[in-house]
Amino acid sequence: MENKESIFSPKIIKTFLGPLNQNNPISVQVLGICSALAVTVQLKPALVMALSVTIVTGFASLIISLLRNTIPSRIRIIVQLVVIATLVIIVDQLLKAYVYDVSKKLSVFVGLIITNCIIMGRLEAFALGNKPWPSFVDGIANGFGYGIILVIVGFVRELFGSGKIMGLSVIPQSFYQMGYENNGLMILPPMALIIIGIVIWIHRSWNKSLIEK
Amino acid sequence: MHSNRYILIYSTVMVVLVATFLTLVAIGLKPKQDYNRRVEKMQNILAAVHVNTTTQNAEDLFKRYIVDQYVINENNEKQTHINAFELNIEKESKKPREKRLLPIFVSKIENEGTKYILPVFGKGLWGPIWGYVALNEDKNTIYGVFFDHKGETPGLGAEISTLEFQHQFKGKKIFDKNGDFISVKTIKGGANNDDIHGVDAISGGTITSNGLTQMLHDDLKLYERFLKSKN
Amino acid sequence: MEHLFNIFIKSIFIENMIFAFFLGMCSYLAVSKTVKTSMGLGIAVIFVLIITAPLNYLLNTYVLKEGALAWLDTAYAEIDLSYLSFIVFIATIAAMVQLVEMIVEKFSPSLYNALGIFLPLIAVNCAILGTSLFMQERNYSSIAEVIAFALGSGVGWWLAIVSLAAIREKMRYSDVPKPLKGLGITFILTGLMAIAFMSFMGIHL
Repeated sequence: MENKESIFSPKIIKTFLGPLNQNNPISVQVLGICSALAVTVQLKPALVMALSVTIVTGFASLIISLLRNTIPSRIRIIVQLVVIATLVIIVDQLLKAYVYDVSKKLSVFVGLIITNCIIMGRLEAFALGNKPWPSFVDGIANGFGYGIILVIVGFVRELFGSGKIMGLSVIPQSFYQMGYENNGLMILPPMALIIIGIVIWIHRSWNKSLIEK
Repeated sequence: MHSNRYILIYSTVMVVLVATFLTLVAIGLKPKQDYNRRVEKMQNILAAVHVNTTTQNAEDLFKRYIVDQYVINENNEKQTHINAFELNIEKESKKPREKRLLPIFVSKIENEGTKYILPVFGKGLWGPIWGYVALNEDKNTIYGVFFDHKGETPGLGAEISTLEFQHQFKGKKIFDKNGDFISVKTIKGGANNDDIHGVDAISGGTITSNGLTQMLHDDLKLYERFLKSKN
Repeated sequence: MEHLFNIFIKSIFIENMIFAFFLGMCSYLAVSKTVKTSMGLGIAVIFVLIITAPLNYLLNTYVLKEGALAWLDTAYAEIDLSYLSFIVFIATIAAMVQLVEMIVEKFSPSLYNALGIFLPLIAVNCAILGTSLFMQERNYSSIAEVIAFALGSGVGWWLAIVSLAAIREKMRYSDVPKPLKGLGITFILTGLMAIAFMSFMGIHL
């Protein structure tokens, strides 16, 4: 295992911060959009989804990194899928047992974490070639980077789509009396894509180095 | 490079380990998951008679308000060997109608008298919709309803699970003056105030609304003999 | 028949894998730069879908579902293995993709050249696993329904990626704000296409 000093070494911190901005899995690496956008109508399922993905990415990276010298390269992909699927099943079972109402909303999308490209991508690109601790940090950080986008989208859609945050009404009744209405379009699937497009726009205007040629 | 033998042993060990581990997790969490499902069903049934519950008190309130439950068939003959609560409505809905088992929950509410709660199950736009209809002692006037859905469009079809929509059903009748079965319909563009068999459909949720009308008609019709009987 | 056609049309236009559920977005965004390659990937997806979905349906009905093992012996009627379904489905998909790749390589090198490079991508395409999971959740009652659903989902996915690629080819001549170039505008485009597809909602055959 690692020695004490390196746990929060500058390199680890860089590994952790990269995915949050410069190397964000969604807005820069274009990975893992699949399984998640359908759950961003409200903030709460988006949060649970983000957390689940973070846990699965972190532990999958850790396990694969621990096993990295024993995995036969020919069945590498299958081994990775089995590890990910096992973790996802555990998460799914835990959700069903402890946050039943949210698990109903997430339905098949929990299962789709398995094919979330972020996880496979990080295993291939990082965990197979690095020690367990940095791999774990990398996995968690990518999960967070992914979660941030989910939470932003979920927040915007719930606020403007149903006037609520976490299921509590936040837009005062007087607004509605003045003629304000919830934007029904926000709730429909296409808006999730458009909001991500706008998030990317803002992110890249702010961090100019990310602009595509 | 690893030999074939190594790969074979590696994958066998992995599969066995993973399968054992997952089975343990599944068995360990199953009681909790089943409990969640039971509590949800109790909450749904009680919602039809306007009893507000939380996941904590649902079981106690269910015992207090639901005084009887039994299963009948289409000819209003009691099926004594079956537990009404454990009956899976989704599975029943796939059977031919003469073979279907029909659960009834009887509720007594202070100052409100006896209520009969009947489950309904049908199809919306994206998937199944279901609910419970509570009738007054006359077995005709609706006391309250509860509807839920698997994945109707939020803001449109999904509105069937809101209280605003469900409140419209109170006081509607399922038989007309002559005692013929009519059920309650959702009416596009809004029902007339004096319409005792109609409620406003959800604007923009036409298919869900039609599915709901169909579900109420088909499933309440199964209970027609029971509803017309005096006891 | 009518019923099957209904499922087929519904899964192409109304419940489109990309526009309604965002499934298979990774390869959708990465490969949609030219019409030719997206055509290849789209066809490969259809191909893999109509093999894996019915196979997973059989596994689900005769092995995994609660009471599915009753055909072996009535003593097994109580067993519910559905918690293993994720792992079984993904293993089937990965194995099938591998198998298809080997068979195509051996018997039709020309087809392999056209589809080959896309096949490994497909094992982790969410649309494939998504179809199997939806198939399980929606409880289709016969294998014919599942095939209609899988075919429809595949065609829907193919349609989406080919039309996006066609638009992106034209986009090269447009003056897009710099930070929005590439990924950003593609998301917004997909959103607009999804809005257009929503007009099919409510079609009932």
